[in-house]
Amino acid sequence: MAMDQVSTAHDDHAHDHKPGFFARWFLSTNHKDIGTLYLVFALCAGIVGYTLSGLIRWELAQPGIGPLTGLMEMFGYQGDQAIEHAKHFYNVVITYHGLIMIFFMVMPALIGGFGNWFVPLMIGAPDMAFPRMNNISFWLTVAAFIMACVSMLIPGTGQFLGFGGGWVLYPPLSSTTGHPGPSMDLLILSLHTAGIASILGAINFIVTILNMRAPGMTLHKMPLFAWSVLVTAVLLLLALPVLAGALTMLLTDRNFGSQFFDPSGGGDPIMFQHLFWFFGHPEVYIMILPAFGIISHIVSTFSKKPVFGYLGMAYAMVSIGAIGFIVWAHHMYTVGMPSDMKAYFVAATMVIAVPTGIKIFSWIATMWGGSIDFEVPMVWAIGFIFLFTVGGVTGVVLANAGIDHVLHDTYYVVAHFHYVLSLGAVFGLFAGWYYWFEKMFGVKYNKTIGYAHFWTMFIGSNLLFFPQHFLGLNGMPRRYIDYADGFATWHFWSSIGYAVTLVATAIFFIGVIEAAIRRRKGVGNPWGEGATTLEWTLPSPPPFHQFNELPEVKPESHH
Amino acid sequence: MRFIVALLSLLPFGALAHAAQPENGALNLQPAATRIMERLHGFHTYLLIIITVITLFVLALIIWACLRYNKRSNPVPRKFSHNTLVEVVWTVVPVLILVAIAGPSFSNLFYQENEPDLEQIAQSSDDNPNIYPEAAEAGWVTVKAQGNQWNWTYSFPDEQDDAGYPVEFVSNPLQRGLSSDNIDAARGPRNLAVDYPLVLPVNRYIRYQTAASDVIHSFAMPAFGIKTDAVPGRLNEGWFLVEEEGTYYGQCSELCGKDHAFMPIEIRVVSPDAYETWIETLKAGEFEAAFEGLPEPQQTVSTDEPTDATTRLAQAQ
Repeated sequence: MAMDQVSTAHDDHAHDHKPGFFARWFLSTNHKDIGTLYLVFALCAGIVGYTLSGLIRWELAQPGIGPLTGLMEMFGYQGDQAIEHAKHFYNVVITYHGLIMIFFMVMPALIGGFGNWFVPLMIGAPDMAFPRMNNISFWLTVAAFIMACVSMLIPGTGQFLGFGGGWVLYPPLSSTTGHPGPSMDLLILSLHTAGIASILGAINFIVTILNMRAPGMTLHKMPLFAWSVLVTAVLLLLALPVLAGALTMLLTDRNFGSQFFDPSGGGDPIMFQHLFWFFGHPEVYIMILPAFGIISHIVSTFSKKPVFGYLGMAYAMVSIGAIGFIVWAHHMYTVGMPSDMKAYFVAATMVIAVPTGIKIFSWIATMWGGSIDFEVPMVWAIGFIFLFTVGGVTGVVLANAGIDHVLHDTYYVVAHFHYVLSLGAVFGLFAGWYYWFEKMFGVKYNKTIGYAHFWTMFIGSNLLFFPQHFLGLNGMPRRYIDYADGFATWHFWSSIGYAVTLVATAIFFIGVIEAAIRRRKGVGNPWGEGATTLEWTLPSPPPFHQFNELPEVKPESHH
Repeated sequence: MRFIVALLSLLPFGALAHAAQPENGALNLQPAATRIMERLHGFHTYLLIIITVITLFVLALIIWACLRYNKRSNPVPRKFSHNTLVEVVWTVVPVLILVAIAGPSFSNLFYQENEPDLEQIAQSSDDNPNIYPEAAEAGWVTVKAQGNQWNWTYSFPDEQDDAGYPVEFVSNPLQRGLSSDNIDAARGPRNLAVDYPLVLPVNRYIRYQTAASDVIHSFAMPAFGIKTDAVPGRLNEGWFLVEEEGTYYGQCSELCGKDHAFMPIEIRVVSPDAYETWIETLKAGEFEAAFEGLPEPQQTVSTDEPTDATTRLAQAQ
């Protein structure tokens, strides 16, 4: 120990000695390298999930079953056989689009990627509390993703490949009644594995944040991103075991003769839905809370003002997380619940609008009176605030069970959750990407490309999802490969919107490649006085091991 | 503010042309055919106004902050980070808005969820649009919709044939996206029309029950404002009363496998006399005759002019 400190004192760069390629990237215990691995992984999974959504929009661009039949014909199916395969394949596509985007894109990117990279840096810790557990969390996620992909290619039901029962996995469609094939069993194993990975990651974050903050950094001085990851980790820790329980019951129903969800043996399929949504609703906050944290830092940095109402912001996240556990059945208004129970869930759900409103208004109040610099991440953050508001208010509409009897399982719901996730969490993701790009990779991105990415994405995703509100109001059900001709107009425009986001995605990759080729050297703090958190006190990229001497947080340095 | 409200009030009208099926370019809910849906229309418009005003308010604040507090107009940032008054305001005002939403929300919910007491309604003489004393005197018509992969079985538990079996028949879609599809447009809109529709009387209290034989399905009829999951091992129920004769279309609303998109629901709402004839013919075992004897389908698809009762009657004859 003493030796260590001596060497730190006179030879700092000795600590920047990185292991060889294999040891560094495959056996990594370094939080920044694991963060990078998570980001690269999320990018790969994101490409798969995004391609699947492209198949959906391609198929729905016009009435009738077309593109997917063509695809099936390429695999040798003919005539009606090709159409039948296309119908099942469509269900597989929507199922895996959802699962991959949630479990293998948004969560690994926001929590595994940015969380790993910046929670230790922001709280002044040398690394995560359990570096080896961090490694296994990552590789279990990769294993889970591979299993999920393989499960698309093995028998699901009859002659059809893959599980096509929606990401919610409702039995009996997911039990042997609906999908007797091995695909669903492998998918259960995949989700179990992803769940274990997330639980281990969550434990790691909780222990790191509670024990490894720099001297002087009390919880009430901790940066909001660390707060958001702390709340997220607690939600993961409490919610995922419930999913694991439900999945295990499904597994034993399928393979070992239990009848938890089988009415013929006294079970109830609705019980699965209660268990699933007890996990599923906190899950949506798990996806959005880290984005909340990122947006707070960006808005504060580029307004050159401290975050407005810091404690209110932190406890708004805590209360969103807490209330998130008592509203799950608002996903189930149509299953046949007593009216008083529905009334309770209506009331509890609407309460969430209050802390969410506090967050929106506090971001605007942070901008108010500031000296706003419209750097690329700030533009993404402003886009996030507005689009999240749009997604939030349609959530208030859906919270009302009466209206939900009309809108449940229609495109209105699809539009709502894509506004909060695709235009919320994903905009938060890109905001964080441009905010920390220089810090993580040590090179600058091209700002013009960054702005072009934002505007094409903003226009494309709005064109993609806004018309879906109209479709839903007019009665268009979800998860339909073909629709009544009266829905054609808005489906067409929605697909055009997807094409625009395709351009945006191309611009994003051009930006990454351009930055990689040009290698404009980054600086420690490119954002100036507004960037007050600890990661900006380090060079870009930060040394392989940082904070060998812990930074001290002075009592007055309230961010 | 008045302008916004005026603008918003245009939205529903754009789509209020009578149609009980989706229409291209429509922006709003399908027109109401029941009191339940009529109330939901009003409630949705009310919500739409509230959420639009909130969204525009947030947008205005963002735009103002961007214009007034950018680094050119305001080079020196202020450093405040607290203001108790505004924090209290933006906590309390949303609570008040939510309370204002909850009132009508609960009232609509309980109106739909709690089965009306027909005996009590029959004795009522109030001029209340939510109840139908005349219909209440005639009592319930009960129908059960059972979801199967992939069609619906309709049965009338109270209507039994001579052998004591309830009237029951299967309603199949005309199209499944296959080459064998019947694409005769005269039979009804593609992906919505069925071979044998469910027939129900107008202006009668209908109690519907749903169940399923294999996986979960959902019985939904947008124009009626109803959607109830059909779950194996459960018997869910609800009620409605249709005020206008016509043909109404809905679709299965819970993913149920390969042909989920191809199990539409078609309900033909006819006069009580026509309904009686239909059900009696069915009871007599004359299946085809019962459906052939139905009045011509009254396409509620309308044009911009609302069809009044007389024209419709003329069309029926």
